[in-house]
Amino acid sequence: MADLSINIAGIKSPNPFWLASAPPTNSGGQIQRAFDLGWGGAVWKTLGERIINVNSRFWANDYGPTRMMGLNNIELITARPWETNIREIVETKKKYPKNAVVVSMMIESKREAWHEAVKEVNQTGCDGIELNFGCPHGMSERGMGAAVGQVPEYTKMITEWVKEVATVPVLVKLTPNVTNPALVGRAARAAGADGISLINTINSIMGINLDTFAPNPNVDGKGSHGGYCGPAVKPIALNMVSACACDPEIGIPISGIGGVATWQDAVEFMLVGSTSVQVCTAVMHYGYRIVEDMIDGLNNWMDEKGYARCTDFIGKALPNIKDWGDLNLNYRIIAKIDPELCIGCELCHVAAWDGSHQCIDLASSNGSRVPIVNEPECVGCNLCMLVCPVDGCITMVKKDTGKKPMSWRQYQAELGKNPKCEPPGYIEH
Amino acid sequence: MIKNLAPKLSNAEYEKNFADINPPFLPHNAKMEANRCLFCFDAPCTRACPTHIDIPAFIKKIASGNLRGSAKDILDANILGLSCARVCPVDSLCEGACVYNEREAEPIEIGRLQRFSVDWFHENWEQNKHLYKPGKSNGKKVACIGSGPASLAAAFNLAKLGYAVTIYDKNEKPGGLNTYGIARYKMTAEEALTEVKLVEHMGVKFKQKCEIGKTIPVAKLTKDNDAIFVGIGLGQTEDLNIPGENIPGVVDALTFIDELKAKPLRQVKVGRRVAVIGAGNTSVDAATQAKRLGAEMVMVLYRRGESEMPAYEYEYEIAKKDGCVYYFLTAPKRVIGKKHVTGIECVRMKLGKPDASGRPSPEPVRGSEFVLECDMVIKSLGQRKRREFIEKKLGLKADKRGRIVVNETTLQTSNPKFYAGGDCVLGGKEVVNAVAHGKRAAWAIHKKLTGEDVNLEGLWKDEKLRRVASKAAYQYA
Repeated sequence: MADLSINIAGIKSPNPFWLASAPPTNSGGQIQRAFDLGWGGAVWKTLGERIINVNSRFWANDYGPTRMMGLNNIELITARPWETNIREIVETKKKYPKNAVVVSMMIESKREAWHEAVKEVNQTGCDGIELNFGCPHGMSERGMGAAVGQVPEYTKMITEWVKEVATVPVLVKLTPNVTNPALVGRAARAAGADGISLINTINSIMGINLDTFAPNPNVDGKGSHGGYCGPAVKPIALNMVSACACDPEIGIPISGIGGVATWQDAVEFMLVGSTSVQVCTAVMHYGYRIVEDMIDGLNNWMDEKGYARCTDFIGKALPNIKDWGDLNLNYRIIAKIDPELCIGCELCHVAAWDGSHQCIDLASSNGSRVPIVNEPECVGCNLCMLVCPVDGCITMVKKDTGKKPMSWRQYQAELGKNPKCEPPGYIEH
Repeated sequence: MIKNLAPKLSNAEYEKNFADINPPFLPHNAKMEANRCLFCFDAPCTRACPTHIDIPAFIKKIASGNLRGSAKDILDANILGLSCARVCPVDSLCEGACVYNEREAEPIEIGRLQRFSVDWFHENWEQNKHLYKPGKSNGKKVACIGSGPASLAAAFNLAKLGYAVTIYDKNEKPGGLNTYGIARYKMTAEEALTEVKLVEHMGVKFKQKCEIGKTIPVAKLTKDNDAIFVGIGLGQTEDLNIPGENIPGVVDALTFIDELKAKPLRQVKVGRRVAVIGAGNTSVDAATQAKRLGAEMVMVLYRRGESEMPAYEYEYEIAKKDGCVYYFLTAPKRVIGKKHVTGIECVRMKLGKPDASGRPSPEPVRGSEFVLECDMVIKSLGQRKRREFIEKKLGLKADKRGRIVVNETTLQTSNPKFYAGGDCVLGGKEVVNAVAHGKRAAWAIHKKLTGEDVNLEGLWKDEKLRRVASKAAYQYA
């Protein structure tokens, strides 16, 4: 049994799985139930001035028969009284001293207001504070949430206000609705933040009803852009997390968020530098008990790989994330179709023919439906393998080009020395 | 007529026993199933369908919620999409060709998906009928003899091309075997007539209870029309040719099936113990329905063995599940009884050398006679060929087995003005084969009368491949 416990910026947790600040962390009762089922930590649904919500708040993006590939919401921060939340945080922390309780906060952009609120949260016994500088809807129109997180200067200013009085570690939650979240991460670091968490939700309109022309979710015939999350956003989140993790000017721990639904997702976020991972949509879809497999799967994977503790593998993929210009242009792979596994759908053919490089032909002559790879034309793009409905039927086989690795950067450098040097790779037709 | 009638069932039991054997999809499930389709290129299911419906295309449209487009994709290629969705032997055709079979996964339920779209089309007839209009009149006339699937398909496509088409049929209702000869739990007569409505909508005239050669002379028909399509199907059930055949209580399968569709079930008489002679697909329809009507014992007698049986595997399964008992290598020798059937004397058979059909010929085992007690005998030895009508009345050439001789591509008969298709040419196949024939005959008639090589959807097997692949090959070559 591996040791799953983590310590992120001084916040300790029995495992890296946290509930993100969202409806699943709306109350003490919910969070305590989640802790009973195994969640390591929870970021309390954002505290702030009491708000009024609309009805009709969520909408999902289905893909084929799969429900909720993506979820969007226009719900605001907590709708419960400040005092109730504070009381329940105290109670929860008392009952669950080993679990991480982090309080998300969003306060009017005034120094005194922040000071007053943070001082009160300091007293709850919570393990940390997360500054919600990410919500892209509603609160941003009032100068909070993403309105702060989209401007590095504002982020820095408010983080400094919080750090002036906070007695627990402070995480700054970043919005993905910026060109480069690392710039905002640097501002948080400069202001003394102890860690960052990302990504918050992505600005989105989920769809338009073809009969009423109203957007979804539909509030009395009208709608507004909302925050998009769920499995669909995972690749965007992984990119942003890794970008922040690679940035030497940030250099503080990261809590990764964005479409985490399984232990594999969590491991990926950890491999690109997350110490804890936060989950919301998957819980909104299936309930708290998904954490059972997350813990079990992570543990089994760590045992299998021989990792005793999470720090053994956190960030291990980062050295492999490079600029395009550093990739080896002499790396050559070619598609190979296993005729035993091929079921003859010919999707690889039409995908290559219409959608890529016309390098998979039909076996028209002998009546076989196993397509043929035209090897010299294959650019190793992977598309055929990706569309093939049978696992393992199409594999990309490495081919020795006899050339030593050379990246675009290396080639440019080489050209400087020898203008007639041979270009790497090969010329496509 | 029948001495021991099976007791009547409750209304609930009738309803349950004759309920749709393959109930329609709920919308959500149809969408789920549609989304499972891989959208194969040059799809094997489309190739396997005799009418070459563009199956991945119509399934994709179910997934996207475009039911009108989906139904049109089906009906363009197969105007009898409703009945084919219900009665096609899909295991042997489209679903049998689905690439999922190669993955040891369930094939896409193409038949049920097709039913989902086409049922929707017909259920919303007023909003959908504008999709089909008769073509601009070209002043030419075509007569169709018989109103079964082949004629309906020919008439529909010819009407679309601008012909004035009249269908002549001897039955009271149009639709041929679709209306009269299919088990009630597969398709009702009303459902069959729904499709006829679409052909009528195209301006095709139906002359029912009209027998060619009696009501109307063949010569007049020939003179009045530019072409004639013969879609007369097959004749009555073959006789047993054994003593006692005329004893009351001996009925033929088609009459029995027809009665089941035409009458309230309570009024259809069935014996307590029923012997069905023959083991084809019609035999299954008769045997299972006798059982479902309340017969206590249904025995199916077949002179060859289980592996020689002509019924489709899934039909045989229905009969077995219904509790019908099969007597293989058993031939009837004589029906026993005076005023009514009391039993049937049978003889055991053994398999000998292959006969003309290539199947081993059964030979009686001497001294193996035995009697099965029964109250009713249903003859189901296949339908008679209509050689006499074909040769004497229509003056067309028939082959040794009584089928109309046609040019395989054009379906033109020995009389160049006459075309033929469906069971009278094929000798007893599926609705979908008849539809394919009707469509092909429409193409050939049009080509002969106008010279135009018209492209009817799904006319040729390789059409899609030719259209999609060759164009691409041309562009990229």
